[in-house]
Amino acid sequence: MTYLEAIRDAQATVLRDDPSVFIYGQDVGVFGGPFKATKGLFDEYPGRVKDAPISEDAMVGLAVGAAIEGMRPIVEMQFADFSSVGFNQIINQAATLYWRTNTPCPITIRLPSGGTPGSGPFHSQSLEGLYSQFPGLVVVTPATVADAYHMLVEAVGLNDPVIFCEHKYLYYHLKSEELDSEVLPIGKARIVRSGTSATLVTYSAMLHECLAAARQLEVDGYSIEVVDLRSVKPIDTDTILASVARTGRLLAVGEAFPWGGSLF
Amino acid sequence: MLMARLMEEKLASLYRSGGRIVGGVYSGKGQEAFSAALTIHLEFGRDIFAPLIRDQAGRLAFGESVMQSFQTHFGTVNGPMRGRDGNVHRGLPREGIPAMISHLGAQISVVSGMLMARQMQGKSGFVGATAIGDGATSTGAFHEGLNLAAIEKLPLVLAVANNQFAYSTPNERQFACRNLVDRAIGYGVVGHEVDATDLVACVRTFREAVANARSGGGPQMVVGNLLRLCGHGEHDDASYISDSAKQAHSGRDCIEVARTQIAEQGWMRETAFAEEEASCRKTIEECVDRASAESLPNPFTCDWSAISSDDLSDGENLKS
Ligand SMILES: Cc1ncc(C[n+]2csc(CCOP(=O)(O)OP(=O)(O)O)c2C)c(N)n1
Repeated sequence: MTYLEAIRDAQATVLRDDPSVFIYGQDVGVFGGPFKATKGLFDEYPGRVKDAPISEDAMVGLAVGAAIEGMRPIVEMQFADFSSVGFNQIINQAATLYWRTNTPCPITIRLPSGGTPGSGPFHSQSLEGLYSQFPGLVVVTPATVADAYHMLVEAVGLNDPVIFCEHKYLYYHLKSEELDSEVLPIGKARIVRSGTSATLVTYSAMLHECLAAARQLEVDGYSIEVVDLRSVKPIDTDTILASVARTGRLLAVGEAFPWGGSLF
Repeated sequence: MLMARLMEEKLASLYRSGGRIVGGVYSGKGQEAFSAALTIHLEFGRDIFAPLIRDQAGRLAFGESVMQSFQTHFGTVNGPMRGRDGNVHRGLPREGIPAMISHLGAQISVVSGMLMARQMQGKSGFVGATAIGDGATSTGAFHEGLNLAAIEKLPLVLAVANNQFAYSTPNERQFACRNLVDRAIGYGVVGHEVDATDLVACVRTFREAVANARSGGGPQMVVGNLLRLCGHGEHDDASYISDSAKQAHSGRDCIEVARTQIAEQGWMRETAFAEEEASCRKTIEECVDRASAESLPNPFTCDWSAISSDDLSDGENLKS
């Protein structure tokens, strides 16, 4: 199973298990989504996988309204980059709803994120740092096939708005047969590799780069601990601090723009 | 209408005397007929009404209490916003009154989502209404929201109060089309236009628009022509509104027009107006007294988390 298939399967699972779930996004219906993340779901779940107009602001507004009425919408942004058009509804409407009115806002916004070769400045952004600035949002960044599946299922079940940053580079490259390896809740980081010389804190596609670097450094005699944050908001500072207490050195590695981002 | 006018007069005087009001005061003076004529055709518990800043009258006619306005303006914990967001931003989303965010145009898609959800849940017979000003028709959110509602053929009624000004900006700096109602064609929704100073005309127009929406006619856009008879807020003297605009037909006070209409038709005894006014004033004074006695949120004991899942609040809740 690929990372992308895990995302597709997680959506099939929540559609099957919870009648209040529906998917809303551009080209997600009959076409199955530009990346095929909703392939076949339109036929399997009639009336619950709906094509949206190119209106990111209204798409998120609609999701918030549906959530008020007890639904659990999943909004697919065609690319993370286009969520900027829905920014107002995300940070002002969805993120503040619970604080203002004590009304839960169970929506999941999927952002196909990150750089892939040739994707240019408008199809490659990593916006997790931006969204993690706002109270009221949960921002998750799965790095593995199993996490992509389990964290998406968990995200849809949460009563809060979740920004689900799925990495496009991992869509087809990352494969795994084990979905049921160690399942952790959102908010808990995973020590993927233990070491003593330094701690690398990372998430999403950069996890795999960090692991490759750690293997190379091992040849030179350095033992590198690698922490996969899994979610950047909440951020598991307990695990990070405990790791740094052991190693004494910290390097944060992420793909989002560095200024004011989730790692600084 | 009368209650709304008197409540807002009270709020304005409390604002000017300083003290109890938290935040600003925004009035719907001159827009009461247009606002109330919409919501008298809605049923609390079955329908949705997402008010905007000049909808005190529509709120009352829909079913919001007088108390809720004063509680919110005074920032008390017992109000619908628990002292977190003031004045016109109040709402009870799960009871069909979404709480507006300041960003104009944003409520159209939210109401559309509520309506679509109910359709998906197999419910029927409901209508969702929201209000907007002439200025907010220029937002992208307005366009996206109305277009989406039209695609889904939702039972939405959109009341556009063209009060000729958006804060200080006149219509000619806001849009270039001949008449805002012409936009309805472009969206594929039904357009209505009404003299919003005329209560009887407003009631007729909204009766038709709400019935159309309820019976499957898709979104209805009702443009009401009037003039804002107050500042943008109580902080604004509206010196930019010319005398000729005030003296024009659209500058009429809808409450005075309604009084004449009611008297002419013999719907109420002459003395009943005064009795009604006295009874409204009494209710207002009682509510002001009661709301004044309520407490403000305690920064040390309230739960300030913006996330409902306790274990994910990531330090947002500074209580403990
Ligand atoms: C998106 C957005 N931009 C700016 C503002 C600031 N603002 C608040 S009310 C207002 C004027 C609104 O005019 P209109 O829509 O005509 O409604 P009216 O106040 O006349 O009822 C402005 C500019 C806002 N609330 N939202």
